[in-house]
Amino acid sequence: MLLRHTTAAVAERSALTVNPAKTCQPIGAMYAALGLNGCLPHSHGSQGCCAYHRSTLTRHYKEPVMAGTSSFTEGASVFGGQANLVQAINNMFTIYEPEVIAVHTTCLSETIGDDLPQIISKARDDGKIPARKFVIHANTPSYVGTHVTGYANMAKAMVDYFAEKNGVRSRAVNIVPGFVEPSDMAEIRRIAGEMGITPILFPDTSNVLNGPLTGKFAMYPEGGVTVSELTRSGSSKATVALGRLAAGPAARAMDVKCKVPCHILDLPVGLKKTDEFVDVLRQLAGVQVPDSLEVERGQLLDVISDMHQYLHGVKVGIVGDPDQLIALTDFLVSVDMIPVHIVTGTPGKKFEKRIREIVKDVPHRVNVSAGGDMFLFHQWVKNEPVDLMIGNTYLKYIARDEDIPLLRYGFPILDRVGHSYFPTVGYRGGIRLLEKILDALLDRKDRDSPESGFELVM
Amino acid sequence: MSDYIEGIMDTECEVIDPVEVKEEMIVRYPTKVARKRAKQIVLNRIGEEGEVPPIQANVRTIPGIITQRGCCYAGCKGVVLGPTRDIVNITHGPIGCGFYSWLTRRNQTDADASPDGHNFMPYCFSTDMQEGEIIFGGEKKLKQAIQEAYDIFKPKAIAVFSTCPVGLIGDDVHSTAREMKKKLGINVFGFSCEGYKGVSQSAGHHIANNGIFTHVVGTDDTVGAGEYRMNLLGEYNIGGDAFEIERIFEKCGMTLVSTFSGNSSIDGFANSHTADLNLIMCHRSINYVAEMMEKKFGIPWLKINFIGAEATAKSLRKIAAYYGDQKLMDRVEAVIEEEMLPVKAAQREVRPRTAGKRAMLFVGGSRAHHYQELFSEMGMETVSAGYEFGHRDDYEGRKVLPSIKIDADSRNIEELEIHPDPERYRPRKRPEEIEKLKAAGLGVADYEGMMPEMKEGVMIIDDISQYETDKLIEIYKPDIFCAGIKEKYAVQKHGIPLKQLHSYDYGGPYAGFAGAVNFYKEIDRMVNSKIWGYIRAPWKEHPELSGSYAFES
Ligand code: SF4
Ligand code: SF4
Repeated sequence: MLLRHTTAAVAERSALTVNPAKTCQPIGAMYAALGLNGCLPHSHGSQGCCAYHRSTLTRHYKEPVMAGTSSFTEGASVFGGQANLVQAINNMFTIYEPEVIAVHTTCLSETIGDDLPQIISKARDDGKIPARKFVIHANTPSYVGTHVTGYANMAKAMVDYFAEKNGVRSRAVNIVPGFVEPSDMAEIRRIAGEMGITPILFPDTSNVLNGPLTGKFAMYPEGGVTVSELTRSGSSKATVALGRLAAGPAARAMDVKCKVPCHILDLPVGLKKTDEFVDVLRQLAGVQVPDSLEVERGQLLDVISDMHQYLHGVKVGIVGDPDQLIALTDFLVSVDMIPVHIVTGTPGKKFEKRIREIVKDVPHRVNVSAGGDMFLFHQWVKNEPVDLMIGNTYLKYIARDEDIPLLRYGFPILDRVGHSYFPTVGYRGGIRLLEKILDALLDRKDRDSPESGFELVM
Repeated sequence: MSDYIEGIMDTECEVIDPVEVKEEMIVRYPTKVARKRAKQIVLNRIGEEGEVPPIQANVRTIPGIITQRGCCYAGCKGVVLGPTRDIVNITHGPIGCGFYSWLTRRNQTDADASPDGHNFMPYCFSTDMQEGEIIFGGEKKLKQAIQEAYDIFKPKAIAVFSTCPVGLIGDDVHSTAREMKKKLGINVFGFSCEGYKGVSQSAGHHIANNGIFTHVVGTDDTVGAGEYRMNLLGEYNIGGDAFEIERIFEKCGMTLVSTFSGNSSIDGFANSHTADLNLIMCHRSINYVAEMMEKKFGIPWLKINFIGAEATAKSLRKIAAYYGDQKLMDRVEAVIEEEMLPVKAAQREVRPRTAGKRAMLFVGGSRAHHYQELFSEMGMETVSAGYEFGHRDDYEGRKVLPSIKIDADSRNIEELEIHPDPERYRPRKRPEEIEKLKAAGLGVADYEGMMPEMKEGVMIIDDISQYETDKLIEIYKPDIFCAGIKEKYAVQKHGIPLKQLHSYDYGGPYAGFAGAVNFYKEIDRMVNSKIWGYIRAPWKEHPELSGSYAFES
C-alpha cells in the first residue's frame, strides 16, 4: 500500500495538514502573469519559491516557464528587499527585455512588509524601467488564500495597472477566465467568436503554455493579452468573469475602476453552466445563438442521453478548486451521477453553501469540506467507497490503494498530457469530460465483469 | 556541392573560440553583473601539477538573472531528509513549501525492508500557517501538529523544517521539538533551514548534516552482522540507483550499514557510527557528515562514484584496496569481470551511433561531474559543464579548501565543533596505515573535483543563467544538454534533447553496472531520435505552389 498509514478512523485535527488539496498563492499569480503577452513573472522573495513554482508549472504543462526571483539572502530578509528588487528589475529589462514584469510577493517579503508600489516607483525614479515598459505587482502572501486567490490577485492587478476609461463605450466584451487550462481559454474565445464577439480575454495562456515545437525557443511566446488590449478593456461594454473565486475580483475591480458592468458566472463546465455563459453572451452581443452552438449543445445532450445508463447513480469523489468543483458538481448532478465526497483545500463558507444547494436533491448524503485535505478525503473514501474519483495527479495514490478509477482533472496534472490541448469547458468540453468519465467507468466494467456478462456493445 | 558545405560547417564547429563565447555571454549584462559572472565562467586549463584556474562558486545569485537554484529548505528537507521513509517530516510554514516538495524528487524506497513497515514518504505534512500565526507566532500550532502527527501515525521520529517566515517571526522550532520529544518519548528534532539561509540548496545540506549528526547518529550502539561494514553517503536513490548499488554490494560480500539517505531508515543513521568506512557519493551534499564522523568516531572516508561502469569498477577496487584484503579484492575482481560483460556489449551496440557526440551538463553539486563518466564510456565528449550549487572544492578539488574565503552568507551556517567521543572514538586505521594508503594513491578523505578531469579549454560555468544557457545552445549546438525540469522544455524548443539529471526524466536507475546500460540506451534514444528531424514541415522544404502528380505523368 502506498498510503499505508491512512486508516478509516477520522481523528479531529486542528493544526496538522496532511496531503494538501491546495497550494500557495504565488504559483497562481505566476500562471496568470504568463497570460500577459511579453510578460516576465517575478517572484519577490527567496529563490526557492520561484524554483518550486516554475518546476510545478513546468511539470503540469511540459512547457518552458520563465520567471525571475529577487533571491533574498539573510541580509535582505533583515533589511528588506528593495535593493534586490530594483536590481532584479534592471537585470531583467537589460537581459531579457520583457514588455512587462509582473511581480508577486511571497510569504517572506510579506512578512518583512516590503512595500511594492514604493519599490517600483523607486525603480522608475532610478531609471531602471525603460520607456513604454511596465512593472506591475500583486500581493500574494500564502498564509492567506491559496493558488486560486493568487491567480485572482494577479488578474486583478492587470485591471488595476492597465485598464483605462476613455469615455466612449466600445462594443468589446471583457472575459476573465478562472484558473483554467490554456485549451479552455482558447475554447472560451472560440465560443465568444461563434457569437460574433471578439473578446478581450485576460489572462490568456493559450499559445503560451501549449506552444508548438518549432526549433526555436521564444522567451515570450505569441499568446497572451496585450497591454494595449488591457488598456482598452476599461472602455468595454461589459466584463464576464468565469469562476467567482478566481475571476470575480478582476471583474469587480473593472466595474469599480472603469464602471464596466460585470457578470460573474460559474465556470462553463457541463451543459447548464455553459448555457448560462452562452445566454449572457447572447444578451451582451444582442444576437441569436448561432446554429453552430445549438448543434454543439445538442451533441452534448445526445451523448448524455445515449450513455445515461452508465452515468446514473454512479458515486463520485472529487477534489479540486472551488470554481471547478461548483461547476463540475452541477454537471455530475445534471446527468444523475452522485457526488459523494467533495473536498477543496481552499477555505470559504460560501463554497459549502453553494455545493449544498446544487446537491440538495441528490438522493444520498454528501460530504463537503472547504479547507480539507486529501488525507481526510481518503478517509471518507475508506468509509464510503466511490465508483470514480476526479481530481489532480496526487489522487492516484488513493486510486491505486483503493482500486478506484481516476479521472485527472484540475491542478496539477503531473503524469498525463492532454489537458493543455483539449478543453473541458463549453459543450465540446462537456463531451470530452463525458468521454473521459465513460472511458474510466467502462474500462473498469470491461475488466471486472464476469466472462458470461462481458458485453460487446455498450 | 553538399560535401563542400558540410566541410565548412565542420570547421566552423571546431573554430568556436571559448574566449569569444564568454565575451558574448556577458557583454549584454549590466557592468556589475558582467564583472561577477566573469569570475563564475572559467575556461579550463590544466597546469603541470594538475592545478586548475580558480572559479567563483557558492556565492549569491544575482537577482533577476533566472537561475536554476532553489533554497536552503529544499536542500535540507527536500534532498537530505526527504528520502528517509520512517521519519514524519513536518514542514512548519505556509502550505506551498511542503506541497512542492511532496514526492517530486523521485526518491524510491522499499518500505517493507524495515520490520515496522513505516513509510511516510508518500505523505506531505504541514502546519499550513495562517495569518494569525504569522502575527502571533506559530509555536502553539506546531506543538499541536506534532501531537496530532504522533497520535495518528505513531512514528518513531518526527522532524520539523522551518520555512522562510518562521525565522522572521521568531518561532523556536528547536525548543518546541525538545519539549515534544520529552513529552512523547520519541525522537523529535528541528531544522532552521529557512529558505533565505545561504545562497542555494547547499546551505540546507549543511544544516541537515548538522541536525542528523547531532540528533540521530550514534544513538544506537548495536553492531550489526556482516563483513566490510560501510555507510554510503550522498546517494538518494533517485530512480532506484541505491537498489542497484545495494545489489552490487551484496554480490561483493560488502555490508551497507546505512545510506544517507536513499532507501534509508532512521535506524540506519542511528548506528551508522559502528561502520568501518564511509563512502561519499555526492561530495557536496554530505561531506560534512563524513568529516564529523571521522572526528568523533574515527571513521575514515573515501570519495567514490558509482555513476559509470568504469567508475563503479574503480570505486569497488578502491574499497577493496582500502581493506587490503585479498579475499575481498578477488571477489571484487570476479564481480567486475562478470558485470562488465553486458556493459561492454551495450557499449559496442551504441557507440557507432553515439561516439563523437557532444554533451553539456549543468546540474546539482556532483552529477555534472559524475555523469561525464557515462558519456565518455559512450564515446561522447563533455564540452561544457557546471554546478548549480557546488563549491570551489567540487570544481577544483579539496586542495583549495584552505584558500576558500568564508563570506557572510556561509558564515551564518553553523559549523559544529566536534571532538572525539570519549567512549566511541576508535580510529579504524592507524595514521601510518592511512599515510601508506595515501602514498599508494588511494585518496583517503580527498576529492579531486571536476575540473582536473576535464579537457583544456572547455567552459566551466557556475550557477548558469537562462541567458547563458541559450547562448551556449545557439553557439555550440550540443547533441544533448543535461539539466533539470525548469530548463528542459526551453532547451527542447531549440530542437535539442535535454536529459534531466535530477529526476532522470522518470527513468533509471543509472548507477552501477545495470544503470550504465540503461543510460547508454536512453542517451542513444535521445541523441539519435528522428523526432527532431520532423520540425521542418515538408512544405517548408518545397515551398513552390504547383507540383506534378503521379497520375499526370
Ligand atoms: S514561502 Fe510561501 S510563497 Fe514560498 S513556496 Fe512557501 S508558501 Fe509558497
Ligand atoms: S518560502 Fe523559503 S523555504 Fe519556502 S520555498 Fe520559498 S525560499 Fe524555500
